[in-house]
Amino acid sequence: MTRDHILHRIRTALGRSAGQAASADAPPVRLVIPAVDREARIVSFTERLEALGGKVQRAATREEACALVAAAIEGKTAVASNAPYLAECGITGLAGVESGITDRARLQERCAAVKVGITSADYALADTGSLVMLSSAQEARLISLLPPEHIAVVPLERMLTGLDELFTVLPRPAEHTSSMVLITGPSRTADIEQILVRGAHGPGQVLAILVG
Amino acid sequence: MSVEFDQKAHDTLADANLQLAIYTSTGRLKRGRVASVGSGVMPDYQELRTQANAIKKHAIDNLDYYLEEFERNVTARGGKVVYCKDATEVADFVLGLAKERGARLIVKSKSMTTEEVDLNERLEHHGLEPVETDLGEYILQLNHEKPYHIVLPALHKTRYDVAEIFTRRLNAPHETVIEKQTALACGVLRDKFLTADIGISGANFLVADSGAIVVIENEGNARLTTTAPKVHIVLAGIEKVIPRAGDLATFLKLLARSATGQLLSAYTSFLSGARRPGEIDGPDEFYVVLLDNGRTRLLPDKEKRQTLYCIRCGACLNACPVYRKIGGYSFPGVYSGPIGAILTPQFMGVSHEPALPFASSLCGACAEVCPVKIDIPKVLLALRTDVKKAEARDGQNRLERLAFRAFAWLMTHPRIYEMAGRMAALMAPSGEGKWISSAPPLMNLPPVRAWLSQRDLPPPPAKSFREQWRQRR
Amino acid sequence: MASVLEQLGYQIDFPENQTCCGQPAFNSGYRDEARKVARHFIATFAGYERIVVPSGSCTSMIVHHFAELFRKEPETLERVAALEKRVWEFSTFLTEVARVEDVGARLEEVVTFHDGCHALRDLAIHDAPRKLLARVRGLELREMQPEDECCGFGGTFSVKFAELSGAMARTKLDAILQTGATTVVSLDPSCLMQIQGALSRAGKAVRTMHLAEVLASR
Repeated sequence: MTRDHILHRIRTALGRSAGQAASADAPPVRLVIPAVDREARIVSFTERLEALGGKVQRAATREEACALVAAAIEGKTAVASNAPYLAECGITGLAGVESGITDRARLQERCAAVKVGITSADYALADTGSLVMLSSAQEARLISLLPPEHIAVVPLERMLTGLDELFTVLPRPAEHTSSMVLITGPSRTADIEQILVRGAHGPGQVLAILVG
Repeated sequence: MSVEFDQKAHDTLADANLQLAIYTSTGRLKRGRVASVGSGVMPDYQELRTQANAIKKHAIDNLDYYLEEFERNVTARGGKVVYCKDATEVADFVLGLAKERGARLIVKSKSMTTEEVDLNERLEHHGLEPVETDLGEYILQLNHEKPYHIVLPALHKTRYDVAEIFTRRLNAPHETVIEKQTALACGVLRDKFLTADIGISGANFLVADSGAIVVIENEGNARLTTTAPKVHIVLAGIEKVIPRAGDLATFLKLLARSATGQLLSAYTSFLSGARRPGEIDGPDEFYVVLLDNGRTRLLPDKEKRQTLYCIRCGACLNACPVYRKIGGYSFPGVYSGPIGAILTPQFMGVSHEPALPFASSLCGACAEVCPVKIDIPKVLLALRTDVKKAEARDGQNRLERLAFRAFAWLMTHPRIYEMAGRMAALMAPSGEGKWISSAPPLMNLPPVRAWLSQRDLPPPPAKSFREQWRQRR
Repeated sequence: MASVLEQLGYQIDFPENQTCCGQPAFNSGYRDEARKVARHFIATFAGYERIVVPSGSCTSMIVHHFAELFRKEPETLERVAALEKRVWEFSTFLTEVARVEDVGARLEEVVTFHDGCHALRDLAIHDAPRKLLARVRGLELREMQPEDECCGFGGTFSVKFAELSGAMARTKLDAILQTGATTVVSLDPSCLMQIQGALSRAGKAVRTMHLAEVLASR
């Protein structure tokens, strides 16, 4: 069997035997969380995402957030995820917004047809301007991927300093989801003559609405 | 040096447009990296490199352990791990699965490992339709070309090349605006994503404690490849494994910055199997193919084992003055640049292209930028020794071997060394300190001729240092 | 170099048995031959308090690669370890051992400095030559852009891959000419030979000087 053959070759090359534990010299996981206050996180997140061509808006309340979304999707069709937070904001009730989809085929069909995908996010990362999205019954993957515009509505308590804090609060993402995606700005490519084009396969427009 | 290598290098050097394309593209990436890892911007950059090197060292030194842990965790969540020793086994597996599922259309995201095993050719040969979805790779696939650079596969293509390829292969109207070319390709490919039976991706990392893979990209094609089709197959070299999810906090900070100067790529996906109960979308089946293809051949040598630490960022290509002149196609095999110069001879055996480890001035720029601190010059030197040992064994290159024996003899006989210096000075043309453009017949040996083909030689000094020294005393 | 050191009060010797550090053989994959030459070097320079080397690449060979060559010879390794501590590249010797930056030199020239790769990366030498040049009366230093690219010499690389080496030299020339400097200074004679050879072939009036020559100028 190739598996045994390859593992055997590896062990022989390394001078190890089957079932042997790993050597004790694993460097400890390095997680260094900087001390950054909330306002500074918001500033950093905003700067980073805007530098990438994304947009950031702030809403003091859920109602404000809903109004911002309504303005952003004026005249456009949208699919919203099943995130409870979106319902709490009243976003799922807006005109032109379809949500509550649980069937895979329908989800794909609608996401491929609409202009806007509206989601919440599990976390945001301040130092890179990233959104962290875990796939679940509440958050499907395609909503932030197929439509050309993506709006993420995120309560501020979910704003982390960065990767180190993410892997501190979530050391084992695999226990929670089959897919965790860090979204850092709009989709982009520079494959032809190194000219930057925003919006390739994923959304070319990303709007993050920070609430709180 | 092999004729093929010399010819390809020569052709690239002689192509002014290509020279400009290579130099400016890599220059941009090089500057991007510097701007993002400078000590003002990233004070812990060196510390992170040390940590990344230590993690990789530990993972590779215990490779069997972590592969088995990875496999256990993938399997526990319903995924399947398949070990393949070479290109044929990979193709057999994919073809077998495709047949079982009645699959025909396959979408692929960018993966150098799939290039290594000629996956597309093999699948096409059996009537399947594999479609590259990364824009650069898609363009190349349409034109039956190989990637030019690890991160910028279509570096050598202009918008006019792309317009011509799209017109010829997609019957598209002639279009040279890059945004429109991008939109055209993405439109064609979207349809493929949504109807494909299988999605094949590579993996930047295999995370042992999670049974997860990490795929890093900017376009969104990898997300679509790994989300829309019902079957997801990952192809990754065995060396991609890292011990823990938390280690990504180190690697992710280094990878995009080293590759392009971005803080993070647009999308970093951490995928641990088929969709879970309750999840609405995602694949139903998840396979990870672990590839050997020469990697175990590399493992025994403790000095050269570090070659496997590579995380495929491409920083060494952008820093290398040699790559920036001779480009990706001068290199045999799939990997080019400094990492290619040490990987390919070890994967394929040094005799495959014995010139390769010598095609370097050993300037060390690669080692300086490598996020996992691979000492590429050290491995190059070790490979050079291997090449010479093989040549000695096979009775090749006798003249050179003799020349270096003579060198060692001369350098251990100082009186004769001094005399040789005086003779050379006498034989060289005099001309009042003017540099020499052509050699007299007696001195017109191949190395002298080679030197003079590009630049002048210094004239012999009026008095040698030794003569001056003795006169002072 | 000798006159600069003597002016600073050092008693110097030039052991006439010296030939080479063995780098050409080592870099070409001929370790046995390199070892022979290295042994000769170790013997020739035994018994000196300090050894000053007007070359980054030779210094690097001695302090970084001799140990590798004699990995399997513990006795020689000991001598190598002792040797490593006593070997100094010229500019580093001045700034760190002699602790001088002003050696009384004068040279009225617009100069650009080429960092040889071994000096820059293997030995982390960057500031020392610049500090010394800053104190040369009448000298104006202009940095090249880019600052750290290989001149393309690389030892036997320069003849094995002549066309490529020449192309790299010409790129270096572009950077030099852009500074408007009339003199290129470096720590490494091999880089200087490559650069001057290319300048001469291109018919440029720019000349090259070793740092020692600059510092000996009055």
